[in-house]
Amino acid sequence: MGFWRNQLSGPTNPAADAAWDRHEARKGFFTDTSICIGCKACEVACKEWNGVPEDGLDLLNQSYDNTGALGASTWRHVAFVEQTSDRIEQARESGRRLVALGMPTVRGADQLTPAETPPAAAAPGPTDPAIPDMRWLMASDVCKHCTHAACLDVCPTGALFRTEFGTVVVQDDVCNGCGYCVAACPFGVIERRRGDEGHESTGQSHGISIKGAPSGGSHQNPPSYAASNGEVKNVGIAQKCTLCYDRLGAGQTPACAQACPTTSIKFGDLDELRATARARVAELHDLGFSEARLYGVDDNDGVGGTGSTFLLLDEPEIYGLPPDPRVTTADLPDMFRKAGYAGLAMLGLAAASFVGRRR
Amino acid sequence: MQDLSNADCIVIQGSNMAECHPVAYQWVMEARLKGAKVIHIDPRFTRTSATSDKHIPIRAGSDVVLLGALINHILSNELYFKEYVVAYTNAATLVNEDFQDTEDLDGLFSGYDDEKGSYKQDTWAYASDDGAGDESPGTIGGPDAGHEHGDSQSERSTGEQYGSGGPALEHARVLRDESLADPRTVFQILKRHYARYTPEMVADTCGISVDDFHYLARAVTENSGRERTTAFVYAVGWTQHTLGAQFIRTAAIVQLLLGNMGRPGGGIMALRGHASIQGSTDIPTLYNLLPGYLAMPVAGLHDTWDDYLSALANKEQKGFWANADTYAVSLMKAWWGKAATAENDWCFDNLPRLTGAHGTYQTTMAMLDDQVEGYFLLGQNPAVGSAHGRMQRQAMSHLKWLVVRDFNMIESATFWRDGPEIASGELVTEDIQTEVFFLPAAAHTEKSGSFTQTQRMLQWHHQAVQPPGDCQSELQFFFELGRRVRELLADSSDERDRPLLDLTWDYPTDEHGDPDAEAVLAEINGRHLAGDKEGQPLSAYTEMTADGSTSGGCWIYTGVYADGVNHAADRKPGREQDLTALDWGWAWPANRRILYNRASADPEGKPWSERKKYIWWDVENGKWTGHDVPDFVPDKAPTFRPEPGTGGPAGLAGDDPFVMQADGKGWLFAPMGMLDGPLPTHYEPQESPVRNALYAQQSNPARKVFPRNDNLWSPSGDAPGADVYPFVFTTYRLTEHHTAGGMSRWLPYLSELQPEFFCEVSPELAAERGLENGGWATIVSARAAIEARVMVTERMTPLLISGRTIHQIGLPYHWGVGRDAVVSGDAANDLLGVALDPNVQIQESKAGSCDIVPGRRPGGDELLRLVAEYQSRAGSTVLTGNELRTGHPESSPATRED
Repeated sequence: MGFWRNQLSGPTNPAADAAWDRHEARKGFFTDTSICIGCKACEVACKEWNGVPEDGLDLLNQSYDNTGALGASTWRHVAFVEQTSDRIEQARESGRRLVALGMPTVRGADQLTPAETPPAAAAPGPTDPAIPDMRWLMASDVCKHCTHAACLDVCPTGALFRTEFGTVVVQDDVCNGCGYCVAACPFGVIERRRGDEGHESTGQSHGISIKGAPSGGSHQNPPSYAASNGEVKNVGIAQKCTLCYDRLGAGQTPACAQACPTTSIKFGDLDELRATARARVAELHDLGFSEARLYGVDDNDGVGGTGSTFLLLDEPEIYGLPPDPRVTTADLPDMFRKAGYAGLAMLGLAAASFVGRRR
Repeated sequence: MQDLSNADCIVIQGSNMAECHPVAYQWVMEARLKGAKVIHIDPRFTRTSATSDKHIPIRAGSDVVLLGALINHILSNELYFKEYVVAYTNAATLVNEDFQDTEDLDGLFSGYDDEKGSYKQDTWAYASDDGAGDESPGTIGGPDAGHEHGDSQSERSTGEQYGSGGPALEHARVLRDESLADPRTVFQILKRHYARYTPEMVADTCGISVDDFHYLARAVTENSGRERTTAFVYAVGWTQHTLGAQFIRTAAIVQLLLGNMGRPGGGIMALRGHASIQGSTDIPTLYNLLPGYLAMPVAGLHDTWDDYLSALANKEQKGFWANADTYAVSLMKAWWGKAATAENDWCFDNLPRLTGAHGTYQTTMAMLDDQVEGYFLLGQNPAVGSAHGRMQRQAMSHLKWLVVRDFNMIESATFWRDGPEIASGELVTEDIQTEVFFLPAAAHTEKSGSFTQTQRMLQWHHQAVQPPGDCQSELQFFFELGRRVRELLADSSDERDRPLLDLTWDYPTDEHGDPDAEAVLAEINGRHLAGDKEGQPLSAYTEMTADGSTSGGCWIYTGVYADGVNHAADRKPGREQDLTALDWGWAWPANRRILYNRASADPEGKPWSERKKYIWWDVENGKWTGHDVPDFVPDKAPTFRPEPGTGGPAGLAGDDPFVMQADGKGWLFAPMGMLDGPLPTHYEPQESPVRNALYAQQSNPARKVFPRNDNLWSPSGDAPGADVYPFVFTTYRLTEHHTAGGMSRWLPYLSELQPEFFCEVSPELAAERGLENGGWATIVSARAAIEARVMVTERMTPLLISGRTIHQIGLPYHWGVGRDAVVSGDAANDLLGVALDPNVQIQESKAGSCDIVPGRRPGGDELLRLVAEYQSRAGSTVLTGNELRTGHPESSPATRED
């Protein structure tokens, strides 16, 4: 019974569940936002490698974020959040409450990786993490590659599949563009790529510039040069991060992690990444940064934990992440149970009515 | 660069390292993960501030006050590293008794020449025990015993010669008082000079609270000494000021006092902006330098080879610069080969002679006067990237021809068609006679060659693909150009054609005509031209001779091709070697990664501490050893003392670590070489809404100004009209774009990340001026008016300066007006005027005065009227801001009408 229940929610090995006979360690990301410098190299490297088209030239007036959100043509998105001391205090306080609830595991010495070992001599001088006047949070978001992936569960064509690395990938040539996955994803990651009608707000797209710069641009919002610059591929098809499935197959690191100059985006075996994440959050807590917390590492959350995990410095909502994501299938047992009770009740009523009539 | 990860504290000031050098910034993040404290001092809260322990907002252009107060704090609390300071710096050296400080002359040093607007520096010289034969008895002069006037030095921008060592001295027989008590010692002069640079002065001038000052002072001093080191990091936020060179000097004094030079995790990291900007000063694209920081000869001063050599260095000075003659002769042999002989002074007459300042801005103004016919732009977009864009574009419209070699049709190639002056009606396309040749350039993946990056390291890049279409490498373009010109002149017997015809110009080419870059590298490295090693590459510059038996195109690069191996292409992974990584690339000089690293050991040659062990004296084997290539005579014992008066490397004592300085010491006080003062002194920017709180002298009295009607300034300080341009603006870059946009605004992937020109303002300023986030604003300076989208952000902080709120406005300068790029917009640099630092002729682009109002700017004629109306309200005339000496009763404006 446990196995079957865990097909719908809770901890499991998704690649094994998908009946892969190859045994690869589950791969994922750990994005440590505390060392992200907001350079967006991940966004560009992702687009370069995967041939993802440009996604609109709008100034969004949201700090330095002109990407906006993940979508069909944005598989990595760096959020920029400016905060002043009130909010920082709240983040620290909410973190303190989490610590009090025992949320982040306190590491044992054996969980420390060498790189995370605290320095023998910490710098003297003022080390107290006083609340600063201001901070600027930066975080690179990506598809979560959920343990229980709603997009995959609802896909009627089998276009979405679970890879041997435990990741979730769309097969462009199988997808029929029905869009069920778009509604199912609890993170709002997957989206169908728009074509000639272009990006939602501008109505324009500039295609992919891998064939060199186009001729004849113009002022702020130049006309589409997709025509002169190669077709935008996969119009109407559901698109999202593949965790660079092609690179993984060749034993390589995904493009975003490879390009990250500060190792904010770490790639590797999920087990090891989670251990690194726990060690890092404990280290930050030791330094007094109680606002630090992990996201996606709980196997018992609504999606059975995620392949892409994060260290955040505030509540998930601040970064545009759902606080309690839930895969639709997680509710199936409950729904079945309720439906079953309802059915039984109806049967009972029906039976009762016969009993009543007999009188 | 990776040595930053050894630092215990890193102060980033005048640099937005995370945004402008994100790859190098990994080492700062690494240091931080290892427990180092990172402090970012900047007018804006940037992505660097976001990843630092603390951000300290500062008013643009006030850095010398902050660092000067740090010096004062270190001295008055005796926090300096005494043993290091006495042994390794010139703290104990005595200065000429005629020297007068800015404290004595209210902001001027002795020797100011009102007529020329610059200093005669003889009173700043070291005192000497023998005055015989000197122009100024009792002092140590230049290599030729005299003291060149600052005016003439500034014309040839001599500051840039010190890229690989200090200025030359006549000899090194200095007077020293190692008790530091003599009032004429550098140490005592330093104390007096900075006595009024207090935390309170910092608060009033920089807008930094006394608490924040003490935070900085504690962090820096507690993380310096035997056991710990602090590093400073800067970029153009320090250099692009009318006293930019002095900003860096101030940090050098702090680092010398704290004993952080030549040691792991210490030093001052100068971040250079592009892939090979360091390379472009080593093998210069500058008007005043020859390769390896050898000076360009000057007409009248250096008429003979001997005159020239004796100006480069004196054999009686200490250290490796004393051998400058060997570097110069080898260069001439590399350029002119067999034609260069001892009899013809190594073809000295083939070298051009300087007749004055020919920097970018002087050339631009000469264009406006129709004195320049043609202009080559190679990877440069002055219509957007240089100060005073309007002047740049107007100047180019006076050319007969213009060659633009770039990836894209940049604004400097299209200004005649769609520039802002066409829109305003100042220029008419049909009337512009400039013929523009656009030649497409090959990208770095399409050609082989080396980049010299910010830590002097040469790294080779290999050609991956052939350049498409007509694209050519720079190397091929110039080789071909030279070949064709030489063909045209082949039959000439005119003397003036000798420099071209004598050139060695014979590089092997591939089937596409592209010369072999490695052959050029081998020529730069140099060869033996005689003896048993004839034809073999030199291994070190110490092998160079002055008798013509060696060649070498850039002495500091000698060794990069030692044994015929291209060491720039060395690429042993970091995990297979230690952190110094001597087998990755090749750093000049001699593959040394930390300069002056002899200072990482104490005078006896022992490491200052186990924790900061780097180079030490190996007693058993009688040589210097350690993690790096020792920066010292390899077998010179720490106890060695030369015969007094010995020059060159032999003249260095065993505890003279600063081997490129004429006295072997780190210079707290510069007795020569800095044209605007031996000690950094705070002056306000050329344009500033603030009065100089320290001296009557408002701005750098030796700065270079250009009083012209097209280069007006806002009144500064308390002057009437200063309130017309009440705000400070500062220009900068973003991670998402590259400088003037030629390599980013044509790429959709980068353009979408920062699509529009914007200005950053504080919520307070937004409220004061009615600016809305996402709305439009017009920004007006005394030169131009531009429009930008508004970003209202808490990251901008109003500063309280002497009881008055000063707002700063941030302007990224990547956009330009044109039709060809994916994104375009007004250019921030149009707001700037032209005023220069006297040492290196760099423009002040990090601080200016402006006004800001909501809404878009007008177009056409109305735009010109708007700018003129502001000028008239402020009362700006050609004299405004161009008075060099101010606040003194005898002051007289040193201006000329243009």
